Amino acid sequence: MTIASPPSPSPGSGTVAVSAPASPLSSWTRKHLLGLEDLSSEEIMAILETAQSFAEISTRSRKKVPAMQGRIVFNLFFENSTRTRTSFSLAAKRLSADTQDFSVSASSLSKGETFIDTAKNIEAMGADVMVVRHPTPGAPHLLARHVKASIINAGDGAHEHPTQGLLDLMTIRKAKGRIEGLTVGLLGDIVHSRVARSNIWGLTKLGANVILCGPPTLVPRSMERLGCEVANRLEDILPRCDVVNVLRIQFERQQGGLFPSVGEYSHSYMMTQDRVRMAKPDLLLLAPGPINRGIEMTSEVADGKHSAILDQVTNGLAVRMAVLYLLSGKMDSRTTQAD
Amino acid sequence: MSSNEETVCGAEETEALIAGVGRKIWDGRRPGEPFYLIGVRTRGVPLAQRLAQELTLLADDEVVVGAVDITLYRDDLGCGRRWPVLRGTEIPFPVDGAEIVLVDDVLFTGRTIRAALNSICDLGRPARIRLAVLVDRGHRELPIQPDVVGLHLPTDRSDRVRVRLHPLDPAEEIVRVLAVSRPSQSDRSPAP
Repeated sequence: MTIASPPSPSPGSGTVAVSAPASPLSSWTRKHLLGLEDLSSEEIMAILETAQSFAEISTRSRKKVPAMQGRIVFNLFFENSTRTRTSFSLAAKRLSADTQDFSVSASSLSKGETFIDTAKNIEAMGADVMVVRHPTPGAPHLLARHVKASIINAGDGAHEHPTQGLLDLMTIRKAKGRIEGLTVGLLGDIVHSRVARSNIWGLTKLGANVILCGPPTLVPRSMERLGCEVANRLEDILPRCDVVNVLRIQFERQQGGLFPSVGEYSHSYMMTQDRVRMAKPDLLLLAPGPINRGIEMTSEVADGKHSAILDQVTNGLAVRMAVLYLLSGKMDSRTTQAD
Repeated sequence: MSSNEETVCGAEETEALIAGVGRKIWDGRRPGEPFYLIGVRTRGVPLAQRLAQELTLLADDEVVVGAVDITLYRDDLGCGRRWPVLRGTEIPFPVDGAEIVLVDDVLFTGRTIRAALNSICDLGRPARIRLAVLVDRGHRELPIQPDVVGLHLPTDRSDRVRVRLHPLDPAEEIVRVLAVSRPSQSDRSPAP
């Protein structure tokens, strides 16, 4: 609790820096968040820095700021999700926005209404932001071309899940102090994973080395084109990894036959204590959740000291607040009378 | 950019003003309550830290400084073309029951201070908040007045007043940047 005169780069240590971490961007120019592929490294860093500031709000007893008062955030989820939808709703509420869930099963889509008509109806109700999850890759991009609201991609098929990528980056950065130069292993079902794609874009843009690891059916060699190393034996890469992100087997996206059996997959790729011991002593383990205990990792690893699974959930809230906040500056000009 | 800049105070005068503000803060203090300074980002923070150095000498005890970022509480959020990236609020002490001196470099419309007060009150219920500013340039748009002022500076509403402080700026000074259309010297606005 001292007075820090020199700019100190350690936020939250009890000292107050004169100039808060210099932001890589002076202003935000994007209206939508569709994927990390589109973003520059400066834009990604701006979101991470902003999220760092929002993390502080969640530590207050009164966890709410008025930044998005009077805005409406709609959750349009055409695929099951609990964690992501809850996290977005809570993030919006902490910014004082009103939130509304749009439940697909109860909707007119089942009566034949098109996706875009549904979105236009929601827009007519005054939505400023639509948080969209859809099984079809590119669905949020399609909406962004047809509605005036800001679109946030909350997962489109196996394409991208940008806020998950961002919260993984934030968790790594908080634990390791940096992203650049780290070696990050993405383990498991890479080919069906939107989380993997958003991780690959985000990590490589910020200068990490990415190794994709899993059976050849789930990690095709062709993914080397994304600037990653591809490996099939987990034991070969573990000693080099600073971080391993353990992806879920997407049973719902697989047609089957991509590996002989769940037991065989676990035998080769499950994170066990023995495998953790092969890695660096400060290995950081991430998992986007929901985790299948006993398939992708053992319970003792999931609950062990290397695991940052619950930090990811906490950071996810801060990242989504940051994204909502930054995009809300670019929302429909009807509601922002520029001076 | 510096062509229509007018120096109001040089380094020594600025230093003296800061010392004077520190003494006035100390004189108005209520003994017995935990006492903290909170600087408004950006220039309020180094100013608060300078004042804390003065006050630490007077109090013979360390005076802790916090920082408040008012961005999320602005009444013009989203109205401008520029969308500010957050600098973060860092208040490393409980505000409940404390005597707080809110510190900013220049007091103008009062809107920043309104936002800072809302922000601090969201963190708890201080016993008292006072406002200390280095320069009061007038033209209030809200009923907010400072408790401690270094310098009353009459200005035109369209002027800008800049306080430059170490370590954010290379030289310490207070300058008035005259509006382009306005001839130098006319101080027609009354000081509060």
